Amino acid sequence: MRAFAELLDRLVLTPQRNAKIKMMTDYFRASPDPDRGYALAAIAGTLTLKTVKPNVLRQLVLERMDEVLFRYSYDYVGDLAETISLVWEKPADEETSVSDLSLGAVMHQLETAGRANVHGLVRDLLDQLQGSSRFAFLKLITGGLRIGVSARLVKQALADMGNVDITEIETLWHGLSPPYTALFRWLDGKADKPELDMPAVFHAVMLATPVGDNDLAALDPKDFAAEWKWDGIRVQLANLAGTRRLYSRSGDDISGAFPDILEAADFEGIIDGELLVGGTMRTNNATRTFSDLQQRLNRKTVTRKMLEDYPAFIRGYDLLFSGRRDIRPESFLIRRAELSVLIEKAAPSHFDLSPLVPFSSWEELDRLRADPPDPVIEGIMLKRLDSPYTSGRSKGPWFKWKREPYNVDAVLMYAQRGHGKRSSYYSDFTFGVWTQSDGKNILVPVGKAYFGFTDAELEVLDRYVRNNTIERFGPVRSIRAEADHGFVVEVAFEGINVSTRHKSGVAMRFPRISRLRTDKLPRDADRLETLLAMIGGPDVDRTGTGEPI
Amino acid sequence: MKPETLLYPTPKGLYCEKGGFYIDPVQPVERALITHGHADHARAGHTHVLATRETLDIMRIRYGEAFCVSTQEAVLGVRTSIGDVTVSFHPAGHVLGSAQITVEASGMRIVVSGDYKRRRDPTCLPFEPVPCDVFITEATFGLPVFHHPDDQGEIAKLLTSLRQFPERAHLVGAYALGKAQRIIALLREAGYDDPIFIHGALTKLCDYYESEGLNLGDIRPATLAQGDKQSFAGAVVIGPPSAFADKWARRFPDPVSIFASGWMLVRQRAKQRGVELPMIISDHCDWPELTETINEIKPGEVWVTHGREEALVRWCELQGIAARPLHLVGYDDEGE
Repeated sequence: MRAFAELLDRLVLTPQRNAKIKMMTDYFRASPDPDRGYALAAIAGTLTLKTVKPNVLRQLVLERMDEVLFRYSYDYVGDLAETISLVWEKPADEETSVSDLSLGAVMHQLETAGRANVHGLVRDLLDQLQGSSRFAFLKLITGGLRIGVSARLVKQALADMGNVDITEIETLWHGLSPPYTALFRWLDGKADKPELDMPAVFHAVMLATPVGDNDLAALDPKDFAAEWKWDGIRVQLANLAGTRRLYSRSGDDISGAFPDILEAADFEGIIDGELLVGGTMRTNNATRTFSDLQQRLNRKTVTRKMLEDYPAFIRGYDLLFSGRRDIRPESFLIRRAELSVLIEKAAPSHFDLSPLVPFSSWEELDRLRADPPDPVIEGIMLKRLDSPYTSGRSKGPWFKWKREPYNVDAVLMYAQRGHGKRSSYYSDFTFGVWTQSDGKNILVPVGKAYFGFTDAELEVLDRYVRNNTIERFGPVRSIRAEADHGFVVEVAFEGINVSTRHKSGVAMRFPRISRLRTDKLPRDADRLETLLAMIGGPDVDRTGTGEPI
Repeated sequence: MKPETLLYPTPKGLYCEKGGFYIDPVQPVERALITHGHADHARAGHTHVLATRETLDIMRIRYGEAFCVSTQEAVLGVRTSIGDVTVSFHPAGHVLGSAQITVEASGMRIVVSGDYKRRRDPTCLPFEPVPCDVFITEATFGLPVFHHPDDQGEIAKLLTSLRQFPERAHLVGAYALGKAQRIIALLREAGYDDPIFIHGALTKLCDYYESEGLNLGDIRPATLAQGDKQSFAGAVVIGPPSAFADKWARRFPDPVSIFASGWMLVRQRAKQRGVELPMIISDHCDWPELTETINEIKPGEVWVTHGREEALVRWCELQGIAARPLHLVGYDDEGE
């Protein structure tokens, strides 16, 4: 248990992706089965344990501790599981057990305990475990690890461990279950790759590379099909041998949140498409924005009202399996023909076909890209007509050609120190634009950005922050930002939505600092009205040259 | 005689009217008795200072020769009269030279612990319990949550990270007096023989500890030799915690930010400070040590000062020990 607890402690405080992967890989290499399999399940969120209610834990600790002292402790620490793990003391007369109880043993005891015995078992285990292990145990049984590691990241660690491609892990993933013994034996090189008996497993998706500066000049438009790049989330819908599943691009099973789509999927096969909210083209209703789609994402279950207010559908891009036949080796043209037949027969309210964009030259396509017919389009996809469906991202068969980002000039208002390499730099910035309030022009924060600039630009930004700090709130500095004294940056972003959670009423997608505008004064920065006008979609001016104040 | 007449809190610090002296005063006074060299306890500008030889040396190093008008060296365990009052100094186990101060008059004995700890520390003498009527204890970590783990385990975390990330500099934030030298000594005990690099603020105090007989091994200044950043890859660099948010830290390759402090026990504290590798090593007592010390000394009364006074007072009440908080101001939390 101690090794797992130490891993959790390190992961939660480590910001760097690669360092997290290294820690997990080292742990998986050094730990025995089934401990590492349970650890993997805990991190990836596939562990199914009967959870223990916070009140039960509180009762347990108060059996031994003064309520006032517990309250002082809880007030100070702020997290119930952590407080209990820290204040817990085993009865003085009990012998000290020197052995480290294994994670596997703990899991076994929890799984085999009857509901009536859980109380006593938790108490016994708390007595047997120490320090960090106690904390890890409490986090496991209260069901909230929250260590900042995505399922994708832990799969990358597994891939590194076995020196295999992550797509192999993603494909296997939903056919396996804790404690993943066969998976680890394969990654250790001690057994063959596990055979899957579940049909509707995830098949790693095919990804596109961005169109580079001179990429298109060397390519013949006749070899490619173009289609719109829709602004939803890429999904894979599988229905094989009676098993239906909806997966995200990285292989997370999101079936629970989309019962409407699963129910409507009465065809057999695996399709690749964009998950969107609104009406399909076949029902002649508008596709709705990404922020509407977000209402349906990251949910375990969904209410009837959500289903009515935010109906979801899939816009089909590709077909991987036609019936039970794997057609990935076929060309894009053949797969697409089969897809269109399948969609024609599928429920019109939940499935439509991503239309192709006819074009004869790259210049023509570029013009179309700049002025797409629907606000929920974020660019163009180019697919080689003869390309088979291959998992992963290789340059050549598929390209993505995004439309230009939105731009505004904003003023830096607050800065916070970064992490890791950047821990001595002020590298996380909150920026604002002008708005009218009580007859005065004031800056209102509209977003945060911590990338987009070069290392040399970061030096400039950091120096400005240090020399122009007005106030400090813990790690955050408030920066001088007046009409004639301040720092203007050009912020690029992919989209903008109404937000009730932000004071300004807007939320940007993927904002980054694209240029330092040392040539501008804060009074020349944009106004909130300019941003509000951008919410309408692509018809608006994307350069943000609103009236300066 | 009531103990409150022998020693009582004032805005300048604990005052003994009968002897005309303050203990660890926070403002300049005529006569000061100093428990140890940390800046919040040992301030410059008093007229007469009575302290252990090491504490006087440390004050001289920090403030210069003119830190006071006259000094008197307190020898551990030797009783000294100041007017009608007898005082004596006893090891507190906190840092080099740290002492508890015993104040006696008319058969009433009060022990002022100063800051103290009960763990083994290779850099100073261990705490010595002194029977007394009133024990004035610090309560920096006076909450039941504080259970400091074994030092060796914490040092092992650092050694593991050095093996795991040999390309990164390991920056350990540690208080310049006591903690830094203790970390170095513990690393040496764990068999770590590589050079350890130190921030300039640590140089004089490390030299002093060495002159007092503590071998710190190969210690080098953390300055850039020919601008080669990579020379710190996989190295241990120790400096005051404040230096790591400073431009000073930029000379190190992809640093791992580490902080050695009792506060690192609470995960949120570590996270807020951007600490990647917390080392829970403290020069103060944890909760069990505080309560065990009170049980061991069995004073008639406990007065609680700087820290989380209310929890320790509550605990004393539950044990049937008379206790009260002193509400002294001007003392810092460890490393903050």
